[in-house]
Amino acid sequence: MPEPAGAPAAGVKVAVSAERDGKRRVSVCAGTACVFAGSMKVRDVFALEVEAAGLRDEVEVAIIGCHGLCSQGPLAVVSDGDTYYPRLKVKDVKRIVEEHLAGGAVVEKLLYVDPDSGARVACAHDIPFYSQQTRIALRDVGVIDPESLGEYLARGGYEAARKALTTMPPDEIVDEILASGLRGRGGAGFPTGTKWKFARSSPGDVKYVICNGDEGDPGAFMDASIMDGDPHAVIEGMVIASYAIGAHEGFIYVRAEYPLAVRRLRLAIAAAEEHGFLGEDVFGSGWGFKLKIKEGAGAFVCGEETALIASIMGERGMPRKRPPFPAVSGLWGKPTNINNVETFASVSWIIAHGAAAYAAIGSDTCKGTKAFSLAGKVVNGGLAEVPMGATLRHVIFDIGGGIKDGREFKAVQLGGPSGGCVPAGLLDTPVDYESLAATGAIMGSGGMVVADDTTCMVDLARYFLRFTQNESCGKCVPCRLGTKRMLEILERITAGQGRDGDIASLELLASTIKKTSLCGLGQTAPNPVLTTIRYFRDEYEAHIAARRCPALSCDALIAYTIDPEACTGCTLCAKKCPVNSARGEKKQPYAIDQALCIKCDACRAACKFDAVNIVSGPHEIAAAVAAQRGG
Amino acid sequence: MPRRVVRSEQAPDGDARRDDLDLTQVAVIVDAGDAHGSLIALLQRTQNEFGYMPEPAVDEIARLTGVPASRIYGIITFYAQFSTVPSGRHKIFVCHGTACHVAGATRITEAFEQELDVPDGKSTADMEFSLGAVACMGACSQAPVMRIDEETYGNLSADHTRKVIRELVKELGLEARYPGLAGAGSRAGGGGDA
Repeated sequence: MPEPAGAPAAGVKVAVSAERDGKRRVSVCAGTACVFAGSMKVRDVFALEVEAAGLRDEVEVAIIGCHGLCSQGPLAVVSDGDTYYPRLKVKDVKRIVEEHLAGGAVVEKLLYVDPDSGARVACAHDIPFYSQQTRIALRDVGVIDPESLGEYLARGGYEAARKALTTMPPDEIVDEILASGLRGRGGAGFPTGTKWKFARSSPGDVKYVICNGDEGDPGAFMDASIMDGDPHAVIEGMVIASYAIGAHEGFIYVRAEYPLAVRRLRLAIAAAEEHGFLGEDVFGSGWGFKLKIKEGAGAFVCGEETALIASIMGERGMPRKRPPFPAVSGLWGKPTNINNVETFASVSWIIAHGAAAYAAIGSDTCKGTKAFSLAGKVVNGGLAEVPMGATLRHVIFDIGGGIKDGREFKAVQLGGPSGGCVPAGLLDTPVDYESLAATGAIMGSGGMVVADDTTCMVDLARYFLRFTQNESCGKCVPCRLGTKRMLEILERITAGQGRDGDIASLELLASTIKKTSLCGLGQTAPNPVLTTIRYFRDEYEAHIAARRCPALSCDALIAYTIDPEACTGCTLCAKKCPVNSARGEKKQPYAIDQALCIKCDACRAACKFDAVNIVSGPHEIAAAVAAQRGG
Repeated sequence: MPRRVVRSEQAPDGDARRDDLDLTQVAVIVDAGDAHGSLIALLQRTQNEFGYMPEPAVDEIARLTGVPASRIYGIITFYAQFSTVPSGRHKIFVCHGTACHVAGATRITEAFEQELDVPDGKSTADMEFSLGAVACMGACSQAPVMRIDEETYGNLSADHTRKVIRELVKELGLEARYPGLAGAGSRAGGGGDA
C-alpha cells in the first residue's frame, strides 16, 4: 500500500498541503480557535482577493481542520513552500495575494517570529511547536480539507481498512492491535486489543461498535479537532473494528456542543457510503457495516460507557453497575465495543504500518503517541501529539514555549474534572498512564491546562468541584451529596470563611467518595481537590487561617488600591471603571472606593503606570487602603 | 476588535412567550422519527422547532408516542441542552471551560449580569437577551471566549465585553430599555469631581 505522506516514522511533516489539479492553494485554518479569532472572514477575503487578482484558475482557497498552533490564529498556509502565515488580519490578505500568490515573493513581514531568536520562520515544520511533535492520530488534521474524501484518499486513506477487510482474518486484526500496545485514549488506558477480544468472543449475532466522541472535559479539544479535522480517520478505524469484533452497526456519539464535528462526520459518512467504504458490501469484501451519528444532549457523565449507552437508547444518561461489561451486554443488551475518537484514529495507522512500528514509539508500558490540547497560561496553545513517555516539561516548555508574559509556572492541570494538578517539582514526570497516576493526576483524555502564579489553586479546585457537582447524575449518594458537601466547603474557603478542620473534612469526604461512588465520575471527582491539597496545602492554609489569597485571585479576599507614589492622576482608571469607584482630582493621585469596587480588573488593566495594585489579607488591605492618596 | 453582531436568522421573530403554539409540527416530528432510541433526537427536533420545550408540546409527544410525560421530563431535565422556559431573542453564551476560567471568564459573565441586569442562566425581562454559561467551546487558546447568536469573540476582557454590550444594545436600538448601562464612554472624564 502507498505510504501515507508525512508518516511520523519518516519525520513529522505537519504542513504538507497537497496541490490539487495543479492549482496552488491557500489553506485557511477552520479549527475552532481560529474561527473564534476570525479565520472565516480571512478565508472570505482571500477568495475575493484571489478573484480580484485574476488568479482564480491558478489558486484555490481551501479550509483545513485545526492546524495545531491555535494561539497563532487565524492562520493560513500557502502551498508554495508551505509558507506559514500566522495571526492574520483581514488587511494582510491583499498583500499576500499580491506579493506572494501573484508576485511569487514570500511576505517576510507576515511570517512567524521565533520568540527566542527573533528570526522569521517561513515553514511550519521549522517551528519548534510543530517540529517536536510525532503525529499519528492527528496525522491529517490541519493538512487535508476535512470535507474532501479525495484528499483523505490521496494521503493513503482507507487503505488500512481495505487491507484489513480483504486480506486479514478478524483474529489477526485483534492480535495486531494487541501487539501494538494501543491503550484507550479516552483516559482509562485499558488495552484496546483486549477490549476487542472480549467483544469478539462474546456470543451473539448482533453486536455494536461505538465511538465515544463525548469529549466533555472543559479545556480539552483533541477529539473535536480529529472529528472535524479528519473525520474519515475515525470512520476508517471504526470500519476495521466492526469487522474485527463482528459488528454490523455502529454509532458515533458526538458531544452536543460540537455542531461542526457533527456536520463534517455526516458529510464524511455520506461520502464513504457513496464509495462503498461503508454500507452493505464494504470494499467488495461482503462485509456490511452501517454507521450512524448520535448527538449528545449535554451531559458530562455520558462520557462514561454505560451512561453513553443509556443515552443512545434514548434514556437519561445514568451509569449502571458493571459487570456485565458492555463487551458482554451493552447497547440493547448486545455485545458492544466502545472506543474513544483518538483510539479509532490510531487504529488505521497501526493496520497500515504494522503493530511493530507503533510499538516502537513510546515508553515500556505505554506505546505510541498521545494527543494533548495545550491551553491556559502557556505561550503556544494548541494541539500537541507526542510519544508516550515524553516529559511534561518537554510538552509545556519545548513544544508549548513556556509560560505567557514571562510569568512563573505553577502547575499543570491534567485530565480535567477527573484529573489533578501537577506542580513544578514534578515537571519531569513522563507522560504515561502509570507515571501520571502516581502524581495523583491522571492522563485523562488529554486536556492540559497550564496555571501560573496568578492562578489560585483553591479556586481551581472549587471550579472543578462545581463542575462535577453540577454534572453528577444523582444516582449514587456519595457522588450526589458528597461532592455537594465538598463544594460548600470550598466555596466557604474561597469566600474567606474557611474554618479550622476544613482541609481534614475535605480529605475525609474525598476518600469516601472515591471508594464508594458508582462510576468514574464520582470516583475521580475529588482528584482536583486532593492534588491541590497535596501540592498546594499552603494556599489552602493561607485562605483559611490568614484570610489571604496568595495568587491575588479570590474576590472576597482581595482589594484593588492605588499607589499614590505611582499614580499620576491621568484619570484613565476612572474612565474605565464601570461603577465609578475610582475617584480623585486630575493630576492628583486617585483612590478606589472600596465600597463601590466590583473587582472587575478594568482599572488595573488600563493603568499605564502600574499604579493599581491588588492586595490580599486584612492587614495588607487596611494598610494599602489607608495609603491611597498618600494616606 | 469588537465585531458587530447581526440579528440571528434563527431568532424567534415573534413574541417568544406566545401561548398559541402550533402543535401540528410535533406530529410531523414524531412521524419522522425512527424506531427505538430516537426519543432524544425527537426532543432535540422539537426544541429546535419551538426554541424550548413547551408543556403542550411535551403532552403532545407523550400522547403520540405513548411515552409517559414524566419520562420525557426525566430526560429533558437531565440534559443541559433542553430548556422548559423560552430563551431571549439574542442568546449570549460565555465559555466557562478551564482555560477560560483561569483567564477570567467570571468577570465576563459579571459584566453581562451588571450591564444587562440579568442573572446568569436567565433572560432579561424584555426577553431580548438570555445569558448562559457553556462548559467549553474548544477555543481555549483564544480564552476567554463567548458567543452571541452566531457571532464569536475571543481574547476578551471585562472592559472589552462592556463595549460589545453597549454597541449591541445601541445597534438593536434598545438604549431606552437599558438606561442602567454603564456608559463609561459617556462619562468620559467623569469621576474626577468626586
